[in-house]
Amino acid sequence: MIKSIRLLGAWLFFGHQLVQAQEVSVVKWKEIQNILSQSSDTTYIVNFWATWCKPCVAELPHFEEVQKNYKDRNVKVIMVSMDFAKDLTARVIPFVSQHQLTGKVWLLNEPDANNWIDKISTEWSGAIPATLIVNNQKKKKVFFEQKLDYDRLVKELSDFL
Amino acid sequence: MKKKFWVPFIITLTLGTLVSAALRKESTQTPPAGYPIGGTVADFKLKNVDGNVVSLSNYKDKKGVIVVFTSNHCPFSKAYEERIIGLDKKYAAQGFPVLAINSNDAGDYEENSFDNMKKRAQEKGFTFPYLQDETQGVAKAFGATRTPHVFILRNDGGKFTVQYIGTIDDNYQDPAGVTKRYVEDAVSNILMGKPVVVTQTKAVGCAIGWKDA
Repeated sequence: MIKSIRLLGAWLFFGHQLVQAQEVSVVKWKEIQNILSQSSDTTYIVNFWATWCKPCVAELPHFEEVQKNYKDRNVKVIMVSMDFAKDLTARVIPFVSQHQLTGKVWLLNEPDANNWIDKISTEWSGAIPATLIVNNQKKKKVFFEQKLDYDRLVKELSDFL
Repeated sequence: MKKKFWVPFIITLTLGTLVSAALRKESTQTPPAGYPIGGTVADFKLKNVDGNVVSLSNYKDKKGVIVVFTSNHCPFSKAYEERIIGLDKKYAAQGFPVLAINSNDAGDYEENSFDNMKKRAQEKGFTFPYLQDETQGVAKAFGATRTPHVFILRNDGGKFTVQYIGTIDDNYQDPAGVTKRYVEDAVSNILMGKPVVVTQTKAVGCAIGWKDA
């Protein structure tokens, strides 16, 4: 409810530019698991980031651009925020509005990360930014514990399409 | 009107800086290998916030050391500050103190400058050294990739060996919601002369940005 009021407030304040700004869904591990185990021919780009992480914020526009340019090619981008759940309304939602993020933004509220980091990739130490690209029908998966830019994302995606 | 003239200019400059920073960073963000469990730790010397130099060999009369790679800027580190102080309070008296190291580049986050480290140690009343790893050589030797990242060292007759690598506990958001205290369990086992049961865990943390990247 508070979330909706905030978003409405932001919309009224900033006007029509924010019509497309996404809501932020707070999710548990099972939502991520659903993505990892889906069997359709969809390529998911799952990026782990946070509002206070400078290299993560710097690469956000590249993911937005990929989302925009590949939306007709079965590519879905999910930006998974590692911000604390308590910062949702004060920090994450305003950030998403200000940066006019139009892609899917989730806040993963699953603090026992030791239980799920290896399920994303055993190569992941836990540092962010981190990105997983996965397509189960094609049985392909790549993982990066580093910053990515648009050209690199496009290059990696070419193996999936 | 005049002001608006500058806007695209500033945006271009900012973007340019971001892009060049991005390019600089890209190539070498591969995590360093570091010490394995059981590996022997090489001695190191780093500057403490009190101005003195602290080396691992200063701890030769202790049973071990809880080495915590942490930082001023990272929300995960901040969330764990009180718990790190708590670990030192509990275990320093038993000969197993905390040694905190900040390996972050102050160029990435000004909050990690030596002056700001001093301030934080004072404000929070750190009861343990807070060392600056300016060259990042110690982080690389350990294989620390994020903050906070804990390495528990056991003193085997003057030789320090790694007995645990990972996170402090299983709930970074809420100390009241913790069910598994990995660091406490490991230190307790070592103090009782037992092997550590869970030797490695993972946690989400802020990446240590490498200077030579």
